[in-house]
Amino acid sequence: MTRTLLVALLSVLALAGAAAASEQAPTLAELEREVMCPTCKTTLELSDAPVADRMRAFIRERIAAGDTKSEIKDALVAQFGEAVLAAPPRRGFNLLAWVLPLVGAALAAGALGLALRRWSRTRAEPVPVEPSANGRSPLDPELERRLDEELARYDA
Amino acid sequence: MASRAKIVLQAAAVLVVASLVVLLGWQVAEKEEGRGLSGALERGERPAAPELAFESLDGESEISLADYRGKAVVLNFWASWCIPCRTEAPLLQEAWERYRGDGLVVLGIDAQDLRADARRFVERYGLTYPIAYDGNGASLGRFGNTGFPETWFVGRDGRLVGEHIVGEFDREQLERNVEAALDTPAR
Repeated sequence: MTRTLLVALLSVLALAGAAAASEQAPTLAELEREVMCPTCKTTLELSDAPVADRMRAFIRERIAAGDTKSEIKDALVAQFGEAVLAAPPRRGFNLLAWVLPLVGAALAAGALGLALRRWSRTRAEPVPVEPSANGRSPLDPELERRLDEELARYDA
Repeated sequence: MASRAKIVLQAAAVLVVASLVVLLGWQVAEKEEGRGLSGALERGERPAAPELAFESLDGESEISLADYRGKAVVLNFWASWCIPCRTEAPLLQEAWERYRGDGLVVLGIDAQDLRADARRFVERYGLTYPIAYDGNGASLGRFGNTGFPETWFVGRDGRLVGEHIVGEFDREQLERNVEAALDTPAR
């Protein structure tokens, strides 16, 4: 248990460290995945449009000037609007894009839970099984009937 | 109790789907707003020019198409990375200098462009006519534009006139349409 917690804690710290490094010293490749080309509506990494080339040049210049990832993204948003970001920012109306899937999942889980509960209630009550005298499981009634018939024939 | 919860869940699901449909419709309507303008011009109609209001490229003022009511306007959509725009820029500057006294305004809309690149372009070609900056390209859908460059002509009455030129124009085409715009009555 302690070992699992330690591994989890180390993983979180490693991820936080990587995120901080990415924020302070972003690379062109990661920004190309996070920024959209305004004319072709794909990420920069998938675009060879002229404006995408200019945006890559702009990002390279800003990285060389020592800007953080947020500063570079802010500069692009100031020029092209928020649609230039591949993922919408987690604020204002855009928050809906993050919250709606969670709400949808919660609603689906709720609906599934209700359906399961209803289904389990409407299932037929199980027939109580009487224990047999010798401690073994009781005979199937059909089998018992056939056995009685066979014995009766034997006696006759 | 269970049936009430079911009704609430169903209502919530319907509400979510309806909201998404409304949002989608609104997005599509906004993007397609200008789609019919070119066709209307081809049929000889004169639809009203959609309203445009953006910050100037130098960031020092607001530019609105409505401010030029009473004047003829050449509305040129361009970007610094657009190669045919380099050929058009000197012709537009020339038209601006030549017809300005007659009541013509050349209005450049620099769209989907880096501001610094656009400023360098303006400096390089010595452009002195007003230029609005529309970085995210919001104006393109309003006119139904599909690329760069595209040019429209607005009469003195605020209605579109002449041709919708998709791609690079030549001097003769520009002058013919400028004269058509100048010939419109002010209202």
